[in-house]
Amino acid sequence: MAFDFTQDMVKAWRRENGRVGVRNHVLILPVDDISNAACEAVANNVKGTMAIPHAYGRLQFGEDLDLHFRTIIGTGANPNVAAVVVIGIEPEWTRIIVEGIAKTGKPVEGFWIEQIGDFETIRRASWKAKEYVHWASELQKEDCPLTDLWVSTKCGESDTTTGLSSCPTVGNMYDKLLPHGLYGCFGETSEITGAEHICAKRAATPEAAEKFMRTFQAYQDEVIEPFKTSDLSDSQPTKGNILGGLTTIEEKALGNLEKIGRSSTYIDVLEPAEAPAKGNGLYFMDTSSAAAECVTLMAAAGYVIHTFPTGQGNVVGNPIVPVIKISGNPRTLRTMSEHIDVDVTGVLRRDMTIDQAGDALIGMIKRTANGRMTAAEALGHREFSMTKLYRSA
Amino acid sequence: MMSKTKGERLMTANTHPHLLVHDKADNVGVVVVEGLEAGTQMLCVCTEDNSDFRLTAKTDIPIGHKVALKALSAGDTIIKYGEDIGKMVGPAEVGGHVHTHNLKTKRW
Repeated sequence: MAFDFTQDMVKAWRRENGRVGVRNHVLILPVDDISNAACEAVANNVKGTMAIPHAYGRLQFGEDLDLHFRTIIGTGANPNVAAVVVIGIEPEWTRIIVEGIAKTGKPVEGFWIEQIGDFETIRRASWKAKEYVHWASELQKEDCPLTDLWVSTKCGESDTTTGLSSCPTVGNMYDKLLPHGLYGCFGETSEITGAEHICAKRAATPEAAEKFMRTFQAYQDEVIEPFKTSDLSDSQPTKGNILGGLTTIEEKALGNLEKIGRSSTYIDVLEPAEAPAKGNGLYFMDTSSAAAECVTLMAAAGYVIHTFPTGQGNVVGNPIVPVIKISGNPRTLRTMSEHIDVDVTGVLRRDMTIDQAGDALIGMIKRTANGRMTAAEALGHREFSMTKLYRSA
Repeated sequence: MMSKTKGERLMTANTHPHLLVHDKADNVGVVVVEGLEAGTQMLCVCTEDNSDFRLTAKTDIPIGHKVALKALSAGDTIIKYGEDIGKMVGPAEVGGHVHTHNLKTKRW
């Protein structure tokens, strides 16, 4: 190995709960869709804050409501967030979100609109947001080990070049960093189809393998089977995947799995947006393969940097987590290079090895942690997409 | 490392491959250059061991798309990454294009 990554440090924020954040956002977080306008007004009043509007949060129930709360609380709790102003339509659910985020020890306060109105809520919340911005903007970065970071992955607009270059680049990064303390995460349950037997073998324990197969089968039985019309050939592979040369779901799945490298094994299987609880290492999360939904869930689980291999050129970003794009497709680098952070086209020309590509990605993870804005951040991509399990009541 | 394979010697000469193959067991490879035209004598490299061979492209094939490494007919299993990725539902000649018109998943 060329470098001893255990010695590498990054300048980042050590949060109240000990976690390391690489961004320092003050969030204005809506509990529900009808509080978006108030949140956006507060973010307009107070520079240095960010509202993240979303589409749901009313009349949800059961597992779907649990997932909504987990996603909103997890987003506020993420170490890339310094402080949070929460706004909901009524006090009860607003308090649930505030109490969930407060467990991290970070500053958080809730406001609600019923019997107060948008104007007065915005006035009160703006004062709190301004206080938080002054406080957060004086927080100092400190030296933190690179391997204290939590780094997730998901690929998008994949083609045959992702399986040859950008996905194994992520896999090489995981093989190098996971043994030294990094937390990793991959998912995309429907996109494992055709390689589930291989994915099951990559579990660290028989329990994790069994949990993976149960999760995989549940997705097939509860999502695919009841709702498919003919088969999934119209959406998996996607039209973009097919233009890029991918023909079958099995082929796509095998390329996807290249992201977990040669030697990495996952220690547990997470529910969507569930925070890992079994220590450092790699986790599989039960997610959709839709880019914004998947990155949103992994960010809500606490991951602070996302590595995103793309072939045909997915442009997704996230409001709180920097999304590093990696591509090995020379046509994509020629036509839309403004979206790509790590160019691994040399792998296809055979003048760059996967080992060198992995080092290049680790270098970009360090630069991103130290403050370099990703292409997605510079271009304003802030896709925040809640996963909805079923219709609201 | 052992002595250089033919593929490594070719790369030293700065010759870039037209086609990459993941695994020795594969019966398809992937075009990795733009604008590949019919009749091109492709330099093909297997990434598993850097071995190389030549193959003539039978049609214009876009970057990222697959090429048959041997004559394939309906019912044949396609191997990529050394794994089963589906079955042929139509023929492909050596150096011919393999995609949705002649290859289908076995799943759905």
